[in-house]
Amino acid sequence: MTTTTPDEAENWQALAVKALKNRSFLLGLVITLLVALMALVSFFWTPFDVTDLPVTNRMQPPTAEHWFGTDHFGRDIFSMIMVGARNSIAVAFVAVAIGMGLGVPLGCWAAARRGWVDEALMRFNDVIFAFPALLSAVMITAIFGPGAINAIIAIGIFNVPVFARVARAGALSIWPREYILAARASGKNATQITVEHILPNIASILLVQGTIQFALGILAEAGLSYVGFGAQPPMPSWGRMLFEAQTRMIIAPHMAIFPGLAIVVTVLGLNLLGDGLRDLLDPKTRRER
Amino acid sequence: MTAYLLKRLAIGILTLLFASVVVFAVLEVVPGDPARLMLGMNATEDAVQALREQMGLNLPLVTRYVTWLAAFATGDFGRSLTYSVPVIDLVAERLVVSLPLALLALALSTVIAIPAGLFAAARRGRFADTATMGLAQVGVAIPNFWLALLLVYVFAVWLRLVPAGGFPGWGNGFWAGIKALLMPAVALALPQAAILARVTRSALIEVLGEDYIRTARAKGLPRRRVLWRHALRNALIPVLTIMGLQFAFLLAGTIIIENVFYLPGLGRLLFQAITQRDLIVVESVIMLLVAAVIVVNVLVDLSYAAVDPRLRTRR
Repeated sequence: MTTTTPDEAENWQALAVKALKNRSFLLGLVITLLVALMALVSFFWTPFDVTDLPVTNRMQPPTAEHWFGTDHFGRDIFSMIMVGARNSIAVAFVAVAIGMGLGVPLGCWAAARRGWVDEALMRFNDVIFAFPALLSAVMITAIFGPGAINAIIAIGIFNVPVFARVARAGALSIWPREYILAARASGKNATQITVEHILPNIASILLVQGTIQFALGILAEAGLSYVGFGAQPPMPSWGRMLFEAQTRMIIAPHMAIFPGLAIVVTVLGLNLLGDGLRDLLDPKTRRER
Repeated sequence: MTAYLLKRLAIGILTLLFASVVVFAVLEVVPGDPARLMLGMNATEDAVQALREQMGLNLPLVTRYVTWLAAFATGDFGRSLTYSVPVIDLVAERLVVSLPLALLALALSTVIAIPAGLFAAARRGRFADTATMGLAQVGVAIPNFWLALLLVYVFAVWLRLVPAGGFPGWGNGFWAGIKALLMPAVALALPQAAILARVTRSALIEVLGEDYIRTARAKGLPRRRVLWRHALRNALIPVLTIMGLQFAFLLAGTIIIENVFYLPGLGRLLFQAITQRDLIVVESVIMLLVAAVIVVNVLVDLSYAAVDPRLRTRR
């Protein structure tokens, strides 16, 4: 199954050609890779040390030395954005992993079993949908106090029904196909069919949804750390940087502008990537064009 | 039709019940001893015991849940630990800020998004479409609280057109109140409008491909009329669905935005309650917001029947 037949290779080539022509996909991919690279590089190099607090240098506007200026402790904002990217990416990534890890099996199970399992799952989804990440985070924080883990759990929980729905809808459209019937006739059980036939067929829509949820996760994390429910100081996070900028807007607007732009560019990149992937992988939109 | 309405209603009530179990479980069962958590480690055993009595913590779990739910349903949210007043009074006082803010934002985003979606769909594939959707793509990526900060900087600090924050209260006149809510509402509305405009456009494009649209055009109806009367009406179901789902984010956004503008709404109440570990207030406000989300989504489902005659005739 893992060997590439000439036919498959041709498909991949066709896809690659299409990918190179898809502007949305390319731009999104470039932005996403740049942000990821920035986060990676920050582990061993940043223009300035973010743990160093040269207070005499505080709230400097952007200069050749400090591209994005410095904050109220004199820290280099560009360096802080680099380090903050780690936090945003990590939170959004784990939240997507939680959503997929729980949601996809649930959705596939509902599609395979139908009946009351399906109904129960949909009702369960309704309940979770009523708890936006912020409300879950409020409850978790009220009990356990603030922390980065809260943001991950709150966003992750909200992702579960999203992936369950997408996986269920995808799986439901695959089940009536003839090759599934053939697989059943050859004696495979529902689990085998799901793993061997359903999952590979819904992988692309899950990937697209994963990209979108990743973008939403970054936005949600920024919101949570802005109100103090996310990463705690001294760990830099984009949302916190905006919170700290708020009371200093009049003297140092650059403190608010650059971290905000970092969020916008990252989310935009991921959304473009998601749109591009959908165009490339989803046969329905392909036909529409 | 009746069967459809009743089923939606039943599902709504069931969801509400489950959600209440979740809220109760997280805020009253998980902490083990909520009274101790609320008063802190330094409180005397007598004080903790008194609060346990007041909150009914000595009763069996199921009794506590049923009593809490029954009281909540009748508007008795308990007494706030920090303010020593009934929570319902606190909530009512804050709701007159949060509710108008949410409604204003919802109205603004609808007024912006639907014409924008129509505009783009009518010019599909042309420059105007690409430009509008490009703008929407950026709008979706903007965090509302950041937009709020920028708006404060431009309109309050720089141009001095509107107050940077705070709320004068409705007692000082209707317009003074609206003026204080306008900027927060715009900050909330724009990113939401971006999402809604995209949904409106794609729903319209789908509808515009239908046969009855071609028929309407063929019988000589003007383009504009076909677009507004026939296409928009049919595209409204996905648009309404997204509006319903967005409502949850709108409420969450309201809570965050209130902190940017120092508005004395439910969001401020919630955050103060967390800092003061006033679980009674937290529990009531969360339950109220969750209930609002569920009720709005049931209403959206019910409104399908009003929008789509096909649903009305189907049983």
